[in-house]
Amino acid sequence: MAEAQNIPVGSTTAGQIAVAAESTVATRMSAPPSFDVADFPVPHGREEEWRFTPLERLRGLHDGTAVATGDGVKVDIDAPEGVVIETVGRDDARIGRAGTPVDRVAAQAYSAFEKAGVVTVPKETVLTEPIRIAVHGEGGTAYAHQVIELGAFAEAVVVIDHTGDAVLAANVDYVLGDGAKLTVVSVQDWDDKAVHVGQHNALIGRDATFKSFVVTFGGDLVRLHPRVAYAGTGGEAELFGLYFTDAGQHQEHRLLVDHNTPHCKSNVAYKGALQGDGAHAVWIGDVLIEAKAEGTDTYEMNRNLVLTDGARVDSVPNLEIETGEIVGAGHASATGRFDDEQLFYLMARGIPAGEARRLVVRGFFAELVQQIGVDDIEERLLVKIDEELEASV
Amino acid sequence: MATLEIRDLHVTVEADNATKEILKGVDLTVKQGETHAIMGPNGSGKSTLAYSLAGHPKYTITGGTVTLDGEDVLEMSVDERARAGLFLAMQYPVEVPGVSVSNFLRTSATAIRGEAPKLRTWVKEVKETMERLHMDPSFAERNVNEGFSGGEKKRHEILQLELLKPKVAILDETDSGLDVDALRVVSEGVNRVRETGEVGTLLITHYTRILRYIKPDFVHVFSAGRIVESGGAELADKLEEEGYEAYTKGGVSA
Repeated sequence: MAEAQNIPVGSTTAGQIAVAAESTVATRMSAPPSFDVADFPVPHGREEEWRFTPLERLRGLHDGTAVATGDGVKVDIDAPEGVVIETVGRDDARIGRAGTPVDRVAAQAYSAFEKAGVVTVPKETVLTEPIRIAVHGEGGTAYAHQVIELGAFAEAVVVIDHTGDAVLAANVDYVLGDGAKLTVVSVQDWDDKAVHVGQHNALIGRDATFKSFVVTFGGDLVRLHPRVAYAGTGGEAELFGLYFTDAGQHQEHRLLVDHNTPHCKSNVAYKGALQGDGAHAVWIGDVLIEAKAEGTDTYEMNRNLVLTDGARVDSVPNLEIETGEIVGAGHASATGRFDDEQLFYLMARGIPAGEARRLVVRGFFAELVQQIGVDDIEERLLVKIDEELEASV
Repeated sequence: MATLEIRDLHVTVEADNATKEILKGVDLTVKQGETHAIMGPNGSGKSTLAYSLAGHPKYTITGGTVTLDGEDVLEMSVDERARAGLFLAMQYPVEVPGVSVSNFLRTSATAIRGEAPKLRTWVKEVKETMERLHMDPSFAERNVNEGFSGGEKKRHEILQLELLKPKVAILDETDSGLDVDALRVVSEGVNRVRETGEVGTLLITHYTRILRYIKPDFVHVFSAGRIVESGGAELADKLEEEGYEAYTKGGVSA
């Protein structure tokens, strides 16, 4: 068995970045990043990066036994004029530039996909309508890879909508040219049995802005790795997330912001609500400020609202700072129960209990939802939140 | 005419693994149009009375009855009591992050009135009421009680009182923590509601100061979980001069 090594998880190519040996972020990974699944031992569940994940529910994605079937997922892309949509072979040079798989399932997805999707917004193209990518599970098993690339000064909103039932391991690369602005909304609105694991790599160009919303409602098990690195100075990343974890669901979000370039910003805010027996949410927020990343400004936050007994949250923020020459760095994590005093206050104004709870939970999520800026998605999320609450209380 | 009747009310609370009786037989009748001041030293059970009437789950009713127009209040849930016409202005209003004042007020008014108020008249009604309470219009867009100053919280409570028009209003130490200007504004709000003649007011306070602005019809002295003396407004003057010592069996032990 491979021993835990000091692997710089922030690197896009193994060995490029020197990280202090005592690094908490770095020592989490049990193997160096690699595109080849053979470079990762099959996890047994005690590794730092797997210890929260119920491996038996990965349906074989982690040990090589999950074989792609013809009826995995159906992908439909609807894009405004000016966007180039392609399906390319494994040898296409545009694949894998935003980041290297950091765990066995991401490497498995990379090693197993047959064709990749590439969506390109040419330089200086400013879209007024979103690009919509519908990923619908057809009940089978699939491996996939999607590249979304914005040329210099291009601007776009991309909605990736996951529905249906599937066992899916899929990575996404976001490549932002200089001065580009990309907003991505990834909605995991899967049926109850779906399993979805993936790594989302963003490589942010000089003065480019990346805004990401990861919204997870469905699935039996969802485990996503949103990761950000910078290709030039002046880049900004805003990573927002919402999850509503119901009885029996495992929803895991493992973030890494690698400040590998001076004068870049990042802001991470994830919020989750949990209800029901066996609801399990995991949030890992790693921020690494490398020695050369002077002038970094970063903040990360995770809040959880536990609505019933029997739900569990593991929230682990990590901030690792290798230079003191920064603008700011901070993190916060808080998990609270539904506040009975809030409930009393609202009910004392005549509002019935169920409606009071809805008001509070909608309020809890509202500040993030309102920042999405895609009306139909915002509306759908609020309806979804209401439905989740109807089902419970 | 709406009447709140409290008969021999006994209430306990769980504290430090022990059951403690806080209210030890409270009798009080509040009729529409009347203003009753309940005055008493700290720890006498005044706030327990307020929260028990509103139905806070922390308190257990162990005896007695509370009726509003003959209806059993103690059988009602917290929201049912509010819809029946009870209103509690809280001493420490709770922050509700992410819920705007305007959304909260409208949801509450819809629940109390049984139908959503018509938008145009509602907006005007809220705006005018806020103006009278010297509240900036931007207030409506803030989250409920979040980051409010002490004075803002109390104005917000009285704003609700004016909009929800209850049959019986319980004001729990609404005067505490207010400077004189804020006290005057808040008292004017309470008086506007009183002048309609349609509300019975139960004014719970530690100090006589607020009674200069809100003139009670009756004053009750509360001590050790019961009303120990009742009288007219003159009783407040006596308390102002002599304090509560006469009622606390030789005063607070050192």
